[in-house]
Amino acid sequence: MRIIGSLGQPVLLLVALGFGLGPVFEKAGTSNYLQMLAPGVIAGGILFTAVFSGVELIMDRQFGFLKETLVAPVSRFNIMFGRTLGGATVAVFQGIAVFILALLIGFRPTSVWEIFPALLVMMLIAIFFAAFGTALASKMRDMQAFPLIMNFLIMPCLFLSGAFFPIDGLPAAMKIVVKFNPLAYGVDGLRAFFTGQSYFGLGHDIIVLVVLGAIFLTIGAVLFEKIEA
Amino acid sequence: MPIIEVENLVKKFGDFTAVNDISFSVEPGEIFAFLGPNGAGKSTTIKMLTTILKPTSGSAKVAGYDISTRRDAVRHSFGIVFQDPSVDDELTCWENMDFHGILYGMPKELRHKRITDMLGLIELLDRKDDLVKTFSGGMRRRLEIARGLVHHPKILYLDEPTIGLDPQTRNHIWSYIKKINEQEGMTIFFTTHHMEEVERAAHKVAIIDHGAIVARGTPAELIAQTKTTTLEEAFLKLTGHGIREEEASGTDAARRQRQMWSGRR
Repeated sequence: MRIIGSLGQPVLLLVALGFGLGPVFEKAGTSNYLQMLAPGVIAGGILFTAVFSGVELIMDRQFGFLKETLVAPVSRFNIMFGRTLGGATVAVFQGIAVFILALLIGFRPTSVWEIFPALLVMMLIAIFFAAFGTALASKMRDMQAFPLIMNFLIMPCLFLSGAFFPIDGLPAAMKIVVKFNPLAYGVDGLRAFFTGQSYFGLGHDIIVLVVLGAIFLTIGAVLFEKIEA
Repeated sequence: MPIIEVENLVKKFGDFTAVNDISFSVEPGEIFAFLGPNGAGKSTTIKMLTTILKPTSGSAKVAGYDISTRRDAVRHSFGIVFQDPSVDDELTCWENMDFHGILYGMPKELRHKRITDMLGLIELLDRKDDLVKTFSGGMRRRLEIARGLVHHPKILYLDEPTIGLDPQTRNHIWSYIKKINEQEGMTIFFTTHHMEEVERAAHKVAIIDHGAIVARGTPAELIAQTKTTTLEEAFLKLTGHGIREEEASGTDAARRQRQMWSGRR
């Protein structure tokens, strides 16, 4: 149920945007919009699943299970790290599922086998956002702020990442916003593998994601260490 | 040397002082009842002793380790049954127990033997592979208690352990607790509102009210001190007859919210 539920949105994006905007892009000279869109939607799928996995901490906290781990003789860092890796792994599987769906809908990467090196970028996106979600959740008592996170952090991350449009032609102000969006580097990295096109350059993407991932894992660990029940 | 030693412990939440300068100690092997009306500061004290809440001031040593500076060592020394549920609904009964055993570093063979024993004791062995979300309140409670006992800690905290249990199960659980207390010398630190449980099991009692300890001693001493005939009367005499308000924790709201979410999970 959960898997089917979580694949609904990516399919909708691929079908509605892919087929809906495809002709418009074609007229504008981009031969195949779906080629550009698919890596964006894959990154988006990972983004959602990873952040949710982090935010699940709030649920565990409210329903009491978190206390069981907080009193256990296991270091808080290990607990936080384990949660993040677990969530990230699920998110990568989500990304793979979206990739397969995209293939079915008509996405044609340079080679299907590019999925394997692309897993690296997918894992980096997933770790960053899972750690990000955990860090946020460590500071939250209940789910009240959840719609806020959704509308002011997650959605902007997705829509301002260049997942749905090329970064090249953007107005200067918007380009700056995109440059400060971590997901933009994930989308760009996936595009580099799947379609051979990259705006920032693959090396640049990976470095940014690794550095940000490390920073947020640290922040998450520090905040998690301070959780009280 | 006391196994729990509390000195001038204070916990404030903003302006509200939940625990106000309490001191007491518990000897190894003792069954210690920590009593008080709702909102008196019992759970807050237990949370500080179990390292999940930082004291505002004062100090406490558990198993010889300071609760603020040696948190990991303290965590190794105890097991706890929380007042509110802390089993994972989405795991099976066995998985909850097994996960606990792994967290406490129990070797596989011992772990599986103990879990089987404990589940037998609480009569949940035939339901071991069922998800906890299918369990009734009483069954969850039993599972929770069994889980706290599975690693045979030096100290066992029981925060209102028998809440929502029928007399049969209560009897069962208490005889087991007394048994491991005698056999393994496990120190038991518990809170309850059932005074007959205290009279039957506790060696020592401390009564806390409005964040301060108002009386200490054996159950018999407290009855004698207050010139009453039962512990319940002694308790009422010490803490008054008024009904206490307790602040909602927001957990109730969360539970309601979960109903909404559960369809999607």
